[in-house]
Order: sequence, then C-alpha cells, then structure tokens
Amino acid sequence: MNKLKALFAGESVKISLLSIVLGLLIGAIVMIAGGYNPLLAYQSMLEKIFGNAYDMGEALRAIVPLIFTGLAVAIAFRAGMFNIGVDGQIVMGSLGALMVGNMISMPPIIHAIVAIIAGTLLGGLWGALVGVLKTKRGINEVISCIMLNWTALYLSHMVIKAFMAEEGTSRSQSIQESASIQINWLSGLLDGARIHWGFALAVVALIAYHFYMNRTKWGYEIRAVGNNNHAAKYAGMNVSQVVIRTFFLSGMLGGMVGTFEVLGVFKYMAIASATSGLGFDGIAVALLGMNGALGILLAAALFGSLMYGAQGMSFGANVPGEVIKMVISIIIFFAAAPGMIRWLLNKTKRSKQANREG
Amino acid sequence: MKKSMLLVLSAILLFSFALAGCGSKSGESSSSGSAPEESGGKKLKVGMVTDMGSVNDKSFNQSAWEGLQKLKEDFGYEVKFLEPKNDAEVIPSLNQFVKNKYDLTWATAETLDAAVKQIASENPDAKLGIIDAGVEVPNVASVLFKENEGAFLVGVIAGLMTKSNKIGFVGGMEIPVIKRFEAGFREGIKAVNPDASFKPLYTGQFVRVDMGKSAASTLYNEGVDIIFHASGLTGNGVFNEAKERVARGERVWVIGVDKDQSLEFGDEITLTSMIKKVDEAVYQISKDLADGNFPDGKITYMGLKEKGVDVAPTSSKNVPQDILDKVEQYREQIIEGKIQVPTT
Repeated sequence: MNKLKALFAGESVKISLLSIVLGLLIGAIVMIAGGYNPLLAYQSMLEKIFGNAYDMGEALRAIVPLIFTGLAVAIAFRAGMFNIGVDGQIVMGSLGALMVGNMISMPPIIHAIVAIIAGTLLGGLWGALVGVLKTKRGINEVISCIMLNWTALYLSHMVIKAFMAEEGTSRSQSIQESASIQINWLSGLLDGARIHWGFALAVVALIAYHFYMNRTKWGYEIRAVGNNNHAAKYAGMNVSQVVIRTFFLSGMLGGMVGTFEVLGVFKYMAIASATSGLGFDGIAVALLGMNGALGILLAAALFGSLMYGAQGMSFGANVPGEVIKMVISIIIFFAAAPGMIRWLLNKTKRSKQANREG
Repeated sequence: MKKSMLLVLSAILLFSFALAGCGSKSGESSSSGSAPEESGGKKLKVGMVTDMGSVNDKSFNQSAWEGLQKLKEDFGYEVKFLEPKNDAEVIPSLNQFVKNKYDLTWATAETLDAAVKQIASENPDAKLGIIDAGVEVPNVASVLFKENEGAFLVGVIAGLMTKSNKIGFVGGMEIPVIKRFEAGFREGIKAVNPDASFKPLYTGQFVRVDMGKSAASTLYNEGVDIIFHASGLTGNGVFNEAKERVARGERVWVIGVDKDQSLEFGDEITLTSMIKKVDEAVYQISKDLADGNFPDGKITYMGLKEKGVDVAPTSSKNVPQDILDKVEQYREQIIEGKIQVPTT
C-alpha cells in the first residue's frame, strides 16, 4: 500500500497531472478565443468517451494500439535510439496478418494465431532491418526508418494489388472469418464496438515489458547500451547484437498493432495514401509515460480517449476540426513537456521561500 | 510537497465539477441551430461524414457540405458534419449520427463503402447515402457520377486546343473513380485528335501539393501544354506550376476538376473545368427523403443527361466558340447514347 502511495505521490506523477490540467485550461482559452463554449466542448468529449457502452468500447479500441506503439518507441528509447519507423512496421504487420488471414485456409483459432505470429514476425524483421543497417553500415536509424516507412507502404500496395485486390474498390479482400480475433460476445455486449483479443495481449505486453526491462539480463543490456554504449562495449556486451535485438522487439510490437487492426478492427487493409500515424502518436505516449510500463498504460489511455473524444467536441459543441486538433495538440504539448512544468513548480517554490525570508 | 499535491488534486476536482455542472441543458440549447418555424414538409436532421478530408478542401467535400447548408437555408434542416482523423474513426463517426437518430447520414467518399454497408446492415431503420460508390443495401442511396462523360468533353477541348499535340493527366490514386476521369479524358482527345499523345501520371496522393507540382513539372518538361488533374488538393500544385510557367512566358494550361476552379486560380491558367455537382446530388436526394421518394437500395447515376457532370460555364473565356459548338455536338451524342464512353 505504501508503495502504491509513493508511486502516485511521486514528483513525476504530479508533474504529468499538472501538465494535463494546464493543457486543458489553455485549450479552453483557445476555444473561448474562437467563440466556442469550452465547458460544453469538454463535456461533450467526456460524454463521447463515457456516454454509453458503445463509445466506451470504441475508446478502448483506440487506446490499445497506442499501448503497443508506446512500448515500441519506449524500448528503443531505453537503448538510446529513436524508432520513428513504427508506422512502417505496423504496415508490415498488417500485411503479414492479411496474407495469412486471406490466402491460407486453416481451422479457427489456429488460423488467428498463425496470422498473429506472421504479422508480428514480419514487423519485427522490418524493424531488425533498421538495426542491421545501423550496426553494419552506420546508417542513422532515423533516416532509414523514414525511408522504410514509405517502402513498407508502397510494398503493401503492390502485394495487395497483385494478390488480394477487391475489384472496384481501393482496399484488399477481407480476411477469412476463421482468422478474426474479434471477441463477438463482448462486442455484442458493448453494442457492436470492435473489441478484440489485442486487449488481453496489450496487458500481457505491458507486464512482459516491465519484467523484461527490469528483471532480465537482456533488459539490463538494453539499458546499459542506452546509458553509455562505449561502457557497455567495454564491459563485454555485444552492442550491435543488442541494437538489432532492440529493433527486432520494437518492430514486433509495431507489427502487433498492424496485426490487430487487420484481424480485429478492419478485417481488410486499405490501399491508403499515407501510413496510419499511430507510430508517431506512440512517441508522445512513450515521452509522457517516461518509458515505464504503468506510465505508458496511463498515457495511452489519456491520448486514446482524447483522440476518440475529439469527435464528440465537434458533434456536441460544433467546434470545427481545426480547433479541436489545436486543442488536442496543446494538451499533448504540455503533457510531453514536463521539463517546463518542473521549472514552473521550482519557480513558485523559490518565490515562496523568498517571501518567507523577506 | 504534500500541499502542492493537494492543490493539484483540488484543481482537477473543481474542473471536473465545472464540467459536470454545465449539464446537458446548454447542450440542447446550442445544438438546435437556426431552424425557421414555418415551411412545409418534415424538418430533417442530416449528417455527413468525410473521407479524412476537410469540408474546406475547395473541392469534393466542400461541395457536399454546401449542398447540406443549402438545405438548412431553404428548409431549416439541421445539418452537421464529422471529419474522421483516421480509418478507425469512420465507423464511430457514422454511428454518432445513426445512434442519435439522424434521418439521413451521408458518406462522401468511395473509401467509406465498407463502413456504410456494415452500419446500414446493423441498423435497418436508419437511412444512409454514399457518394462515388454503389452499396446495394436496402436502406442506402448510392450516387455514382459518370465522370467519364464529363471528362470526355474536356478531352475534346484539350484535343482541339493543344499546340504541342501532347496532353497530360495528373491523378490522385489509381482507384476506379479517378480511372473514370482518365478514361473519359483519353477518349475525348482521341475522338477529335487521334495523333495527340496522352501521358497520364499518378501521384498516389490526394493531399500533397508538392507532389502535384513536381508531377506537373515533369509533364510540362516533356512538352505537354495542357494538364487535366483529378487529384483533390494535390492539384493545387499543378496550378502553382502552371502559374510560374505562364509568368515566365510559357503557354501552358490546366483543366480544373469538381468545381469551377477558374474562380479559385484565375482564367490565365485555367482553360476550363469539369464540374461534378456533388452539392446538387446531396441536396436533391435529401429532399427526396422528406418528400417520401428516397431511392433506397438504388444507385442514382449522375451523367451528362442528369446534369450531374458538366463543363464549367466560364469556359467561353478561353475556349473559342467553334470548339464549344463541337463540345455541344458530342454532348448530344453522349446523351443520345450514340457514343459510349468507357470507364477504364
């Protein structure tokens, strides 16, 4: 119990909460400036998130991918690297799951499991490619990530058009029903919200991440490389192997997102003109969650519900999309800038001290 | 330490009370809009969901939204739009209208067809409409435009106006609806000028102005002097490139799409535009619902005959009368069915 208390009274939690409140307040000022009622808007947003079973289920559906992309970015951060290629790894995950789900026939459950494994592995290999390019050829991971995002996107177009095109539309054929991972009884209970087994796996992934990073030799290696890779090398660790492994794991987490989107949410893959952007949201989640499992869970819950609830602001309070995007960005900006909040807190503390002394 | 923690917590509490306090009363009062009391017929609630685009895109979505706003002005309908930010939000957005008992919900893009089909089957009492896709479900009205017929006519203009005998096309993505634009345009050129060479180019993007500009640059450098674009916002880049070249003294043209784009980009570079009357379709079919003639489960085709597609009325500024007369002849032949314009 004391441990729990300490966890929630810690300075980092205080800073995160304060930044969210500040973000909401400044967002409100922006809405007032634009002539919209911020209270009504925030209320509509809350209603959109908690208003009924369907919306609560769909808000959960929006949170799950952010947990995975948050973890994917965080694990690379821990090793001192920046994986902005999660978007591409998501595409490869979707593609792998779609190919197995659509082109191969198998009995239910086994089909879904094989599809999940295929998508996850493909995402992982796509991520490992970044690590290989970095260690063997010295290519900065940011550059190769950006390039591989587009490569993955257009590769998926090619494969879909060649093997799984749905005549007359701009998307692939659907997966077979046996590969679906939607939880039908739970979806029915939540008025048709798209709930899938990715939820359970998200919880498993969070616990596994915590355990792996803090309790195993491999997690220790990742952290050691992140703190000082020269020292890690001097201590006898195989740094390039750690880098490739980190990117493989990161890519696997990204690949899972794509897998669940195809098998649990859409059942098909669109020939989209851009990647989903979920990987980029993951950067904000990892930053706000400070790379910890619990932090990432809370940050993903916050961002996911904000993004989902934004539609409610437009519907209930007539706030135009542009203003909503601005308000959400302001909240994220403050949430992801705890340094500024810390500075503000210190300043008020210091001025209080000055008052007492003076 | 503890004090400031308390402060933060109380601030959050206060804030959430404020949120809860303002209650649903204010929600009702502001959402009613400006519905005039009189005027016959039912006052409908009509919603619209875009394809991740904006209702300010100066093209397709804007046109649909204008149709809805006209309904609000003319009959006092309650109209509202939602702009999903990603694919996953499409279904919740449609549901937002359907579950709030909107009389009609429009989806304004081909890419929304699977979502519309699903929602319509799950909610047999709801009415939905979709533009650019045929969804054969009993409670959905589908609108398909014969872009190929309108594009044929601007193809005739391009074929007769080109000096270099090279004509280009910039498309967004290679999807059926854009293919109809390309096919009609190609056939129109072929009908009047079989020697002209035709170069289509796809950017793969509807929202990348820079890619439109580089595509236009590529085509103009190859000697093309007229480009027809069907690429949404990407097309703004085509206009930008043409504008720079015209300023340098090159004689190049752009043919606009969806709306009369000469009003936006000027007559110096806009040869003509192929207009697609999305607003008209949305207006008419929504009104049909009020009158009890809603075309459930049917596909409404909007071609030259139905005046769903057309050549912009301002074309006479740049196109000589004899060419416009030719256009009229072809229009007659297409309407009478003597010419069948292919779709791919």
